[in-house]
Amino acid sequence: MGFARYIPIAFLVAGLVLVQQVTQHTGTTFYLTQLTMAAYYALVITGLCLLMGYAGQISLGHAGFFAIGGYIPAALTTYNLEPLREKWLVQTLDAAGLLTAGQDLYGQQVLHVHPWPSCILALLLTAGLAFVIGMPVLKLKGHYLAMATLGFGTIVYRVFLAMPLFGEADGISAVPPFPLLPGVTVSGDFAARTENYYIAFGLLIVGLLFLINLVHSRIGRAFRAIHGSEEAANAMGINTPRLKLQAFVISAVFAALAGVFLTHYNGGIGPSEASVMKSIRYVAIVAVGGMASLWGVFFMGILLNFMSLRGMFGTYDDAVFGVILILIMLFAPNGLLRLHLWQRMRRWRGVDKPKSRTE
Amino acid sequence: MSFLAIQHLHKSFGGLHAVNDVSFALAAGEIKALIGPNGAGKTTLLNLLSGNILPDAGEVIFLGKPIQGLKPFQIARRGMARTFQNIKLFPEMTALENVMVGRHMRSRSGVWSGAGNLPWTWKEEAGIRRKSLELMEFMGIAEHAGTEAASLAFGQQRAVEFARALALEPDLLLLDEPAAGLNIYETAELAKLIRKVRDRGITILLVEHDMSLVMDISDSIVVLSFGRRIAEGNPLEIQNNPEVIQIYLGEDDA
Repeated sequence: MGFARYIPIAFLVAGLVLVQQVTQHTGTTFYLTQLTMAAYYALVITGLCLLMGYAGQISLGHAGFFAIGGYIPAALTTYNLEPLREKWLVQTLDAAGLLTAGQDLYGQQVLHVHPWPSCILALLLTAGLAFVIGMPVLKLKGHYLAMATLGFGTIVYRVFLAMPLFGEADGISAVPPFPLLPGVTVSGDFAARTENYYIAFGLLIVGLLFLINLVHSRIGRAFRAIHGSEEAANAMGINTPRLKLQAFVISAVFAALAGVFLTHYNGGIGPSEASVMKSIRYVAIVAVGGMASLWGVFFMGILLNFMSLRGMFGTYDDAVFGVILILIMLFAPNGLLRLHLWQRMRRWRGVDKPKSRTE
Repeated sequence: MSFLAIQHLHKSFGGLHAVNDVSFALAAGEIKALIGPNGAGKTTLLNLLSGNILPDAGEVIFLGKPIQGLKPFQIARRGMARTFQNIKLFPEMTALENVMVGRHMRSRSGVWSGAGNLPWTWKEEAGIRRKSLELMEFMGIAEHAGTEAASLAFGQQRAVEFARALALEPDLLLLDEPAAGLNIYETAELAKLIRKVRDRGITILLVEHDMSLVMDISDSIVVLSFGRRIAEGNPLEIQNNPEVIQIYLGEDDA
């Protein structure tokens, strides 16, 4: 039921294939690299859209979740366990088939955690952390929630910046490719560029389908009700603390998933991914996209990240997103592509008669 | 066992005793009105019942079980629905979606079944929609189903909120000044409607200032003044109660 909601997905797939074909025939496949990266960032942003636009809870800490998703596999898949081979934990992991052996550049034996278990660990850890953070923090509203999540994001940033395990200011490089399935590998190799473009957008579409279905379901309706009036939602028998927490955890896991994939794609991650400016960027793009509009947020997520990654904003990159946020908050706090606009247009055309507005 | 028993309920804000040792009971199927001058503690009492604020002392026994201290959503799940004095709709959702939210606790699909759009949820969604439209029909607002709640006229918003509360299929319905802002004609319609709701087997407790409505529809009336219950009885008794007359009309100087 409600299959009409899938029609735009078909157009999206057609558009993606078209873009790939055009770049191939015009010899501009280098654009696919930034599109792939933009797709992963868009995954964070659509997840944040569920939390902000639908459930009405702001988070200025999502770069933190993204970074946790990136750093954990980065550290685990590059940390050499060979010297620790005698330890029971390493032996147990090895026996469970969770480790991969290999040789480094100098022909030395190395032993790393396989990307799959480290990916799953990163997602579980993020979900757990979001749960623990969200439980107390989501009791706060508006500015207070923004401040608390901002605090969380700052802590994550400082931790990654300070810990030698995470490479301090240099971050972690030489992160190996992620063999998803036999023949399907997330990697930044030039040869795998087209393949990775489809992997990234495939993942994004799966995420988008998840969210589109969710917002059209009973739970999605309850999210929007909480956004509209938490008191009234409570009076409907909606367990508002529980649902807010669910939205928070889902969006955090989306961010972490994007972090895992992008880190394997880029072959590394640095502390700037955890910075507050990144969180602000995500929030700004959700706002531009229309808050409670998954498709608007999706397209803005791709477009603005692509432009940013192509260097179109130059040295003003972070400033641009700050300005966007200010302008949106001043002139269109409900976003640009909002339902209101549609209704207003329908009214101009005289389809809906305007009714007296109260409250 | 009474349907709803309020026993020695007490709530103060700072030094003000908003609700002071109030006790009364509701029988199943009755329409009871809570009246009193401004600041008498009527809305506070309603908020204490629905769990929006916690009492300092006293008990509320609903359907044989104490409910004071429970969270609002838990109390709603026990079978108590309410409307708000200053209408609280979900402004950016359509009227129909507002009512559909009222079916939340009567349905059960979760995050995974919703995100997966699983076939068994289709039937549930269809049921939610059908029931919600039926209630909008009952309230006479079915034609506004697709309109965003914020752009409905005041009276229509009240009707949507009423339908949304009915969607919970409650045993007890709390109405906080349902006639506020309605004209004489609309108030008469409301009286009919409240009776029809009662005939569906729903017990009603309403806070109301419109005396003609209260006297018209109530089986019994509780009068509050400065947080205290000063009288209880049927409409005729209340109209002739000297203490009630005094608080409403003031001291007789003669």
